[in-house]
Amino acid sequence: MIQWAGLAVFLLAIFVAVPAFIGASGRTDFYYTLTSVALLSIASAGVWLTFYIGRINIGQGAFALIGAYVSAILVTKAGMSFWLSLPLAGLFAAGVAVVIGVPILRLRGVYFAMISLVLTQVVTLTALALPITNGAKGITSIPLPGGVSIFGLTLIPDFATLENPRLAFYYAACVLMVLTFAAMYRLVNSRLGHLCRSMQQNEELASSIGVNISYIRVIVFAISSFLGGIGGAMFGSIAQSVYPSSFQVADSVNFMLNCFLGGLGYVFGPMLGTLVLYFGWDLLFELGRFQLLAYSSLLIILMLVLPNGLLSLRLPGRKGADK
Amino acid sequence: MSHLLEVRHVTKKFGGLTANSDISFNVNENEILSVIGPNGAGKSTLFKMISSFLPTTTGEVLYKGERISNLKPHIVARKGVVRTFQETTIFKSMTVRESIIVAQHLRARASLAGYFWGSRTAHEDVNSFGQYADDLIAFLGMSDIANEQASNLPQGNLRALGIAIGLATDPKVLLLDEPFAGMNHDETMKMVNLVRKVRDDRGVTVMLVEHDMPAVMNISDRIVVLNFGEMIAEGTPAEIQNNEKVIEAYLGSADDEIGI
Repeated sequence: MIQWAGLAVFLLAIFVAVPAFIGASGRTDFYYTLTSVALLSIASAGVWLTFYIGRINIGQGAFALIGAYVSAILVTKAGMSFWLSLPLAGLFAAGVAVVIGVPILRLRGVYFAMISLVLTQVVTLTALALPITNGAKGITSIPLPGGVSIFGLTLIPDFATLENPRLAFYYAACVLMVLTFAAMYRLVNSRLGHLCRSMQQNEELASSIGVNISYIRVIVFAISSFLGGIGGAMFGSIAQSVYPSSFQVADSVNFMLNCFLGGLGYVFGPMLGTLVLYFGWDLLFELGRFQLLAYSSLLIILMLVLPNGLLSLRLPGRKGADK
Repeated sequence: MSHLLEVRHVTKKFGGLTANSDISFNVNENEILSVIGPNGAGKSTLFKMISSFLPTTTGEVLYKGERISNLKPHIVARKGVVRTFQETTIFKSMTVRESIIVAQHLRARASLAGYFWGSRTAHEDVNSFGQYADDLIAFLGMSDIANEQASNLPQGNLRALGIAIGLATDPKVLLLDEPFAGMNHDETMKMVNLVRKVRDDRGVTVMLVEHDMPAVMNISDRIVVLNFGEMIAEGTPAEIQNNEKVIEAYLGSADDEIGI
């Protein structure tokens, strides 16, 4: 019961209270900030899932960049609707993840982490080199998402005709985020989630009970990258441009930090982690050149004091909790 | 008659070192067969090859006439040959019941997507997993610790948990890795009775690798003895006790540890 109430409060907060607050205070720049948080948390959710099978994934930026490019190319070159290009971007990223994942997911611990760290750079360099991605100039002037209607009924309005496309992007990002985390919650509490937990704790034992661990690893990595691709594609659409530098190694590291900060044992950890990390960085802006120093020190302290993440403060025995 | 498990001319070399050399023996249905030998005799290596956790260099292992060596462990488990580990290999942050539920993976009929969407088959599976887990917990006499987290259990219970996880897969052959190691007399006797019960009541053929001589003599229908990677004897406990080669292997050299 409490969980349903919590969900209702959360939905009211993001869909009603936040827009009302922003409308009243006139701080429309918050729309962009919060939209970014929502999208980054989707990509972070993917990273969290790879943590769930015991892999440290510092390569989500690669898949976000792939998603952003695929969507941008489909929209600008093929004239496809953004809303159709969004799942395709996710699927393409997932497909790439399968091809890359088969060889590298055998690696564990720091070895997987190091390889995944390289991926972002590889995709950046590929984007610089390929003609279709337009090299360093990137893809610019991507049109805003068009409308979607079925039988004359408008499901999604054309963003270009809207008075306030920022609000529309905010809503779209929040809906995607809610869907993502609902699916994640469901997944973690379903059989696949149980198998992931068994593999996270002991891969040999998991394979001895008949779990095809290499198959599950690839599936999970593909889902993870799908989320990265979706988040990246939406980001490109908001910025209306994609450059090879849109997602960098630092972004990949941030996706991972979001998971650490929120808590690896909690499905909703990456959401909270992204929010805190994103705002935390902005709030420290006043410190000028000491910003990075203060930021990193705070992160280190947080990880020392709360090794299981921020959510371990309030939800000690929650389902899906590990360690 | 055909044997349930056949080890045929199995050899394992690690570089220049021969861990197992031309080992051949059979395991009959419904028997308890032990593989013993001094430290470094190659028992564990043999064990890993039978469960496909290691590939053989030459030779093969057959289960019901089908090759099960040089495959993936999960495929061997799917065929019904399941190994257990020593006590540190468990699902640490799961309870006993959760471990047994997750270990019923091979009994699942719904697809992973079915579980995600909550299909009817998935619901039936989940109910049946719970029921089976409760039955197994009762069978193994673990009701009092069913909801304990595995990392909090004492060593003796961990061993039983390992066997429970193996049994949850509903195996035909259970391979036990040193089930009596580090146990005192009472714990050993309990475990001996448990293994027997598993064989008698659930019709599971058991092959185990072990150091503990008295326990092995007590529990085994037949024994295979390895020494320096070679098989030096095979027979009933009485035959093994009077086998000169075995006595020599265990008592002949002062360097060898006598596994008591």
